[in-house]
Amino acid sequence: MKILVCISKVPDTTSKINFVDNDTKFDENGVQYVVNPYDEWYALVRALELVEAQGGSVTTITVGTSADDPTIRKALAIGANDAVRIDAEPVDSFFVSKQIANYALKENFDIVMTGKETINYNGAQIGAMVSELLDMPFVSLASKLDVVSNVATLERDVQAGIEVVEVEFPFVVSASKGMAEQRIPNMRGIMAARTKPLNIIPADDQKPLTSVLKFELPSPKTGCKYLDPESMDELVELLHNESKVI
Amino acid sequence: MSVLVFVELKNKLSKAAKEAITYGKNLGSVTVITYGNAPDNVLSEMGEYGAEKIWVYRSLNEANDQVLCNFIVKAAKKTDAEFIVLSQDQTGKAVGPRVAAKIEAGHVSGAISLPENSDEFTVKTNVYSGKAIAYVTVHSKIKVISILPNSIQPVENKVDSSISNFEEDLGLGRIKIKDLKPLGEGIPLPEAELVVSAGRGLKGPENWGIVEDLAKSLGATTACSRPVADIGWRPHHEHVGQTGVAIRPNLYIAAGISGAIQHLAGVNGSKVIVVINTDPEAPFFKAADYGVIGDAFEVLPKLTTAINNFKSSQV
Ligand SMILES: Cc1cc2nc3c(=O)[nH]c(=O)nc-3n(C[C@H](O)[C@H](O)[C@H](O)COP(=O)(O)OP(=O)(O)OC[C@H]3O[C@@H](n4cnc5c(N)ncnc54)[C@H](O)[C@@H]3O)c2cc1C
Ligand SMILES: Nc1ncnc2c1ncn2[C@@H]1O[C@H](COP(=O)(O)O)[C@@H](O)[C@H]1O
Repeated sequence: MKILVCISKVPDTTSKINFVDNDTKFDENGVQYVVNPYDEWYALVRALELVEAQGGSVTTITVGTSADDPTIRKALAIGANDAVRIDAEPVDSFFVSKQIANYALKENFDIVMTGKETINYNGAQIGAMVSELLDMPFVSLASKLDVVSNVATLERDVQAGIEVVEVEFPFVVSASKGMAEQRIPNMRGIMAARTKPLNIIPADDQKPLTSVLKFELPSPKTGCKYLDPESMDELVELLHNESKVI
Repeated sequence: MSVLVFVELKNKLSKAAKEAITYGKNLGSVTVITYGNAPDNVLSEMGEYGAEKIWVYRSLNEANDQVLCNFIVKAAKKTDAEFIVLSQDQTGKAVGPRVAAKIEAGHVSGAISLPENSDEFTVKTNVYSGKAIAYVTVHSKIKVISILPNSIQPVENKVDSSISNFEEDLGLGRIKIKDLKPLGEGIPLPEAELVVSAGRGLKGPENWGIVEDLAKSLGATTACSRPVADIGWRPHHEHVGQTGVAIRPNLYIAAGISGAIQHLAGVNGSKVIVVINTDPEAPFFKAADYGVIGDAFEVLPKLTTAINNFKSSQV
């Protein structure tokens, strides 16, 4: 089984979010980057489990600059066999998807995995776009993935509940919570990661279809109005008359 | 300007569908496409929100991403649509970007506003898990816009509408649906306008009765913090936050939740937040509109009683 896992770097979940250059750029000052949790905890770990049980290899792919290399090494330390970095700023989702798809087209992967969404951009776009560009079915928001011979059985979130689906190779899947348990890399993994191959490939031309004009922080709360635990009627009154939500 | 709106229907016109049609109506003249066997009165109700043409693919019954993508793309070609609007729900997440990639159109995922008045098409979306807003500009001629549930107020705007059948070869879906484990009744979290949520402060799953009682008297959906789902006190689909569901209800009531930044990330789009916590230092109070420093075991039942009294005074 050959699995490709799409990995992106995101600011650590506790990062302060600020913007610079007239609110057009994310302020990286003091920000720690991590592998996007959905990519690492769920997609990558499940890919490794499948390959450990049934043989094969796990390659990670990242569209990014050398600033992404430390997070890519982290994925290698957790156990991926090798890594690919398409050397470009990830300017928009279609651009990123096109790069990933162009690489995957040459390699015959059985499964292409992404996270459910990146926690910075929250697009939930790349998996679906890559699947279209590869003409593969896309199992979105999967919380479970099992493989028996060439057929995968998955559980995924749909409007009405949790759907159990079957799909043949090859396919694209986006991983949400529940697909696997987080793994902490050990010392041996970290040492091994230093010598695992990280192939840097130039990007293909692709004009972005969208761009971010500027960012804005949501207006801060004006302050909390405290109520006595004995005055719940007053709270209900405020919810009805002041904030008009009930 | 021709606008194509894709909606999923059941026996009732969902709020998400009304939002999508309202959004479309603001952009131009709306054709709505849908599939399955929704009754005629539900179909015609879409005219109340501005749907001029309504196309139904009756024999299509399964949401298979490739088939739905072909459906939307074919209908968009037929209507010469410049905008394709859908809801950023589970189906929208699987299909919206797929449609965009197929026709090389720019995709806005999770729009929270109508376009700004500017030369180029620009709308706002939530980024950094709700900690910031991005103004996204789309450069392509055709634009695919997936709108975040609960961010556009549905507006009635009656037009003359016609209903017709749509039938074309859409190819075969390659995902076989084996089973559906329904979530049960009630409004799914992402669509809920009222949410009652609780965390580790509730001490154990056996204590959730008081949470459910409050939710029931409000007509709210229940949610929880991540540790509570992780230790199995509550089902995973109730977990809100950075790694769970992101919601933006009108009212979010949080009891026994500390308000960690990862939790806030999924709920800070809520219009009004009520926090109930014994610890006056709990970080959640900083994000709250109303705070009650007190024991959830006492406050929740009192709040339920107050809601019940209020409800009976309303009729
Ligand atoms: C990468 C990452 C992602 C994460 N994603 C999420 C996420 O998506 N969602 C999420 O929720 N968390 C997430 N977390 C976890 C988060 O950091 C917190 O640990 C978690 O939200 C805490 O849950 P809690 O508030 O229920 O529990 P606690 O932090 O234990 O808080 C319990 C609260 O209850 C109060 N309390 C106790 N007794 C009572 C009582 N009788 N009445 C009233 N109040 C009482 C206490 O004062 C305390 O404030 C994430 C963490 C990481 C590192
Ligand atoms: N720059 C990138 N390089 C590789 N994979 C990415 C990149 N950005 C996003 N992804 C993958 O696509 C998923 C969804 O991202 P998004 O559509 O941005 O929410 C992520 O969880 C990753 O698996």
